[in-house]
Amino acid sequence: MSEKVIEGSRAIAEAVALCDVKVIAAYPITPQTHIVEALARMHANGEIDCEFVNTEAEFSSISLILGATAAGARSFTATSSQGLALMHEVLFAAAGLRIPLVMVVANRALSAPINIWNDHQDSVSQRDNGWIQIYCESVQEAVDSVIQAYKIAEECLLPTMVCIDGFYLTHVYEPVSIPSKEKVERFLPKFNPKYKLDPEKPLTFGALAFPKDYARIRKQLHEAALRSKEVVGRVNREFHSIFGRKYGNGMVETYGSGETAIIAAGSVCGTIKHFIEHENKKLSLVRIRLFRPFPRREIREALEDKESVIVIDRSVSLGNAGTLFTEVRDVLYEMDKRPKVTNFILGLGGVDVTRKTLRYVIEKHGKVSSGHVEIVEGD
Amino acid sequence: MKDLPGGVIESVGSTARNKTGGWRNFKPRVDFSKCVGCGVCEKFCPEGCIEIKEVEHLGKKCVIDYDYCKGCLICMEECPVKAITKEVEEK
Amino acid sequence: MVGRDYFSPGHRTCAGCGAAIAFRHVLEALGRDVILCQSTGCMEVTTTPYPETSFKVPWIHVLFENAASVASGVKRALLKQGNTHTQVVAIGGDGGMADIGFGAVSGALERNEDIIIIVYDTEAYSNTGLQRSGETPLFAATTTTPAGKKIPGKQEWKKNIAMIAAMHGAKYVATANIAYWQDLQSKVKKAKRLAGGTRFIHVFSPCPVGWHVESCNTVKVARLAVETGLWILYEIENGRLKINYKPTKFAPVEEYFKLQGRFKHVVNNKEAIKLVENHIKETWEEMLRVEREKVNLLKLI
Repeated sequence: MSEKVIEGSRAIAEAVALCDVKVIAAYPITPQTHIVEALARMHANGEIDCEFVNTEAEFSSISLILGATAAGARSFTATSSQGLALMHEVLFAAAGLRIPLVMVVANRALSAPINIWNDHQDSVSQRDNGWIQIYCESVQEAVDSVIQAYKIAEECLLPTMVCIDGFYLTHVYEPVSIPSKEKVERFLPKFNPKYKLDPEKPLTFGALAFPKDYARIRKQLHEAALRSKEVVGRVNREFHSIFGRKYGNGMVETYGSGETAIIAAGSVCGTIKHFIEHENKKLSLVRIRLFRPFPRREIREALEDKESVIVIDRSVSLGNAGTLFTEVRDVLYEMDKRPKVTNFILGLGGVDVTRKTLRYVIEKHGKVSSGHVEIVEGD
Repeated sequence: MKDLPGGVIESVGSTARNKTGGWRNFKPRVDFSKCVGCGVCEKFCPEGCIEIKEVEHLGKKCVIDYDYCKGCLICMEECPVKAITKEVEEK
Repeated sequence: MVGRDYFSPGHRTCAGCGAAIAFRHVLEALGRDVILCQSTGCMEVTTTPYPETSFKVPWIHVLFENAASVASGVKRALLKQGNTHTQVVAIGGDGGMADIGFGAVSGALERNEDIIIIVYDTEAYSNTGLQRSGETPLFAATTTTPAGKKIPGKQEWKKNIAMIAAMHGAKYVATANIAYWQDLQSKVKKAKRLAGGTRFIHVFSPCPVGWHVESCNTVKVARLAVETGLWILYEIENGRLKINYKPTKFAPVEEYFKLQGRFKHVVNNKEAIKLVENHIKETWEEMLRVEREKVNLLKLI
């Protein structure tokens, strides 16, 4: 283990290198590019023993690692925004084919207008495709989540994306503890899929399914997605026992005890925690780490006895409201006593979420009625 | 029937249980007295349901597996000695 | 029986399907030690209706346009597992490999991926009802380039995907045709032997239903494409062109057109026929010159 001050992207590259990844596909897109560049340097220096492929499009990157993983080799790629959008078809196919891919998404706003800065529109818009989605608050969590992601994906046979805020977590330098190779080998078993492309045991992947077969197979996929929640929780505990770090119960993390709960995901939670600690102890935070599958029960438990709830979204489902808001409100509907819940959409396109923004949100929340939806343009 | 994850299929070659012979409108008929067993028909059959094999005491002949023959009649067209003719399929 | 060890009958291809003939020979030549990565298309949909599959070798279908990328990943994975012998093949129709999948094919060629790319060319999007593709030849009527009162079929020439592959510097490029099955099989076997870079084979595979050809004429039409000079059988290896078959006298283009409903609107059009024949003449003159003068195409790139 080494503790060092390191660029977020570099730390993530080192995490990937620890996981015995055999095939890496790379295509540049701001703000993830530093991750694949770091891996390229490591590969060129002989520090990582893998196939490093520079593809001609993100579409190709994700297809390439899908093929590689189907043939039995652990793989990796990273992307953002437009690249993730371009991969859209393949993401659905990967989940449908139950291929345990791991990808880091450096969250960035979607065109148009074109914008390179951070919000969650890219990965939140992919929530239906069957991928497990984990949102990280810090670089340390990103490093740890990449390592956990391989274990989760390979056990659940579901592809997993580790979402990190672009620039805030990719380009920042902060102290990070990089785990030792020996501990990672203890935690992460070798990749040995039961079903793979192998001339010794020929299989057909990707057949044409008529309606009844399709419905049944998709139902199985949905059930697998729902079950994966328990695996995420268990892996969080196992990680803690070897590395000494955990993130809430793996699905949600609570902070503070105030009766007004803020729900949010990603690095903005660091700002919110600081705000609670130093400015307003009447607040508490329920950080969503696992977004898909959606941890309904854990969210409901965390919100029991809360007076009111502020849901902070970093994206908007255009024509409706913030996605986290609509999904949290759905969970609140099951409660006997439903707290007031409002939606503040912050930080679109990389607008900074500051303490001033949070002060505005708290004050406004007090004045409006339940169901209020507001996009805050800036502070 | 048990589904494997993602609809992976283990039973390789299983389309063989689907007898496409029922598709035919016309049926190729081989005249063994003309057939020289050259194998051109076998090479060009899209279904791969022709075998050149020993037929009684006649030597190697074109033997069509009518379970799969769709009646495309490529074999009839390509036969260099015109040993294959077409018949209307009896339903 | 050719291909029977690797490919079962019972698939739902149309009676007389040219691509089915192609598959039998390609799979026979590839053998058992292979992984196929196939794009969406006729030969994917008709051969793998869940829970059945015609394939007896490892096979993966992901999407329409990414067979070459998937194959690249499969090969890389095998290499990392110490397997240098299994052939990895990206195979698809002209739609999936030359149009929507062209980027993926180009990327694989540029990276000189150690895979074999095989295109079975039905000169249209057959699986969706015969719409035009970049490989549809001039004047061919398809559902999206119909022979109308104003516009007689496709107005663009056929995209020469094999030449494009050669101009990427591919290790081995060949054109093939189902009517010349020995040539097709030997080219696939040669591609197998020339491992270590990208090998590309473009196989002419008539679609009788789509081209409005009687099902019994599939092979005849394929043969005529070569005999008229429209489809040239050649190889390009290390930049050098070798034409495998030179008809002593080209068959008239009308003979080829009159067997196909997709050309019926031009079969009696002297001007259209002349245009096509001139194109054949000019192409052959240049091809023969490139061969004769031993032009090294690799030097051009």
